Amino acid sequence: MIVSKQKPLEDILASLDGHSRVFLVGCAKCATVCKSGGEEEIWQMQESLTSAGKEVTGSVVIDEACHMLRVGRDLRARKEIVDEADALLVLACGAGVQSIAASAGKPAIAGADTLFLGNIRRFGQFEQRCSLCGECILTETAGICPVTVCPKGLLNGPCGGMDQGRCETDPEAECVWHQIYQRLKEQQATENLKKIAPGKDFSRMLKPGKLKLDK
Amino acid sequence: MTSQLQQKLAAGDFVVTSEVCPPKGVDCGEFLAKARVLKGQVDAINVTDNQGANMRIAPLAVAALLVREGIEPVYQVTCRDRNRMALQSDLLGAAALGVSTILALTGDHISFGDHRQGKPVFDLDSVQLLQTISTLASGFDLAGTRLNGAPSFFAGAAAAPEAEPFELTLFKLQKKAAAGARFFQTQAIFDPDRLAAFTTAVSPLGVKVIAGVILLKSAGMARYMTLHIPGLRVPDHIVTELEEASDPAAKGVEIAARLAAAARRHCDGIHVMAMGREELIPDIIKEIR
Repeated sequence: MIVSKQKPLEDILASLDGHSRVFLVGCAKCATVCKSGGEEEIWQMQESLTSAGKEVTGSVVIDEACHMLRVGRDLRARKEIVDEADALLVLACGAGVQSIAASAGKPAIAGADTLFLGNIRRFGQFEQRCSLCGECILTETAGICPVTVCPKGLLNGPCGGMDQGRCETDPEAECVWHQIYQRLKEQQATENLKKIAPGKDFSRMLKPGKLKLDK
Repeated sequence: MTSQLQQKLAAGDFVVTSEVCPPKGVDCGEFLAKARVLKGQVDAINVTDNQGANMRIAPLAVAALLVREGIEPVYQVTCRDRNRMALQSDLLGAAALGVSTILALTGDHISFGDHRQGKPVFDLDSVQLLQTISTLASGFDLAGTRLNGAPSFFAGAAAAPEAEPFELTLFKLQKKAAAGARFFQTQAIFDPDRLAAFTTAVSPLGVKVIAGVILLKSAGMARYMTLHIPGLRVPDHIVTELEEASDPAAKGVEIAARLAAAARRHCDGIHVMAMGREELIPDIIKEIR
């Protein structure tokens, strides 16, 4: 899922400066799970904005905010209360903000920062494991991604900052190559650690990404 | 240009290298003064590449200044700040300026330094950088295009003999050797027995080992470095020795000289990290010269 985090209220209020009537948009998928823009957060935001002297004309939690056609349809269905607003405050990831900005016909304010594609460890705890690099090497690395989990994205083993199996950037964190080494030992496959990985093909993740499935 | 360091190591000479940090700014007077003091004392001087992720003058520029002075530089190249295009073009530039010895490094993470909001590059890693140096030497760039004049470098890599688990670091050292590393300059060593075990473990690779010796000035500095310098861990007994000394600075020289002398028979050379006190290097190496 896409992990996002609500911006501080003071930043949101600063972005809403000059907009007194606001329509709120949340997302029923990722932003709901990471509690940045679900039903509950939309309701709390309505309270906060009202206390700050704003008028909230209405709200919708779209399923899902990155779906461009669905966003257009859901906003059209609420045309009257959307039209009453000066701006839309979007509590969703950057993809959601953009599909809403494209349909709204008025300013869309981003109320959250989009952080990463995350795994869910437990309720309210998310970890980045995949960088969407376009060229998956997990088969060679015991199912643990050094592109993402190593702060340097090293493909050929630990850097000189690894000691006691810990990462140089965070003594609390286990070096990803130590994790890979341990798992490969369990699988009696440390031979994998002898293969030199060539330089990564970064053309596989040139922006903006596009995929069109064949009919 | 042929690397004199390479020739001395090939001849079986015990070599001494040191390092001088390039200045933050364009005034290279102090840098050159330190290098001139070392000329004749050491066989080559490493020039660090934005060490600790702190922005300084390009090591390529000061390496060229050393060449002009008749001092052999070991040009340190890290992968943190440049992508594969910039790395190749700097390597070609280094060769054209008479630089013959390279230390290929991954580089400390940008979060340690003074430009923490910058983008860490790491397009290549140290193994791939060594491969790049070999590819350029073969007369081609990484895209397979023929070069008009190929560089020839004596390429080395870093090693951390006391890092654990050693088996994991050994896998990477094997890759570095396979990718073209001909010498290892090690992180500071504190235990000569560990160095002996290390050189035994890497001897099948046929790579020369230049052991790192660091000059500690006080117990406080030793503790600070353990906390803040990646890959460096000063053992407690050395910290205690410094703490109990009436003159910690002199004790630091004594410890470094002792470690250098003890390392002498286990490796092919010593790399002295004097941490700005380069004038003390003769005292550290007097027993091994």
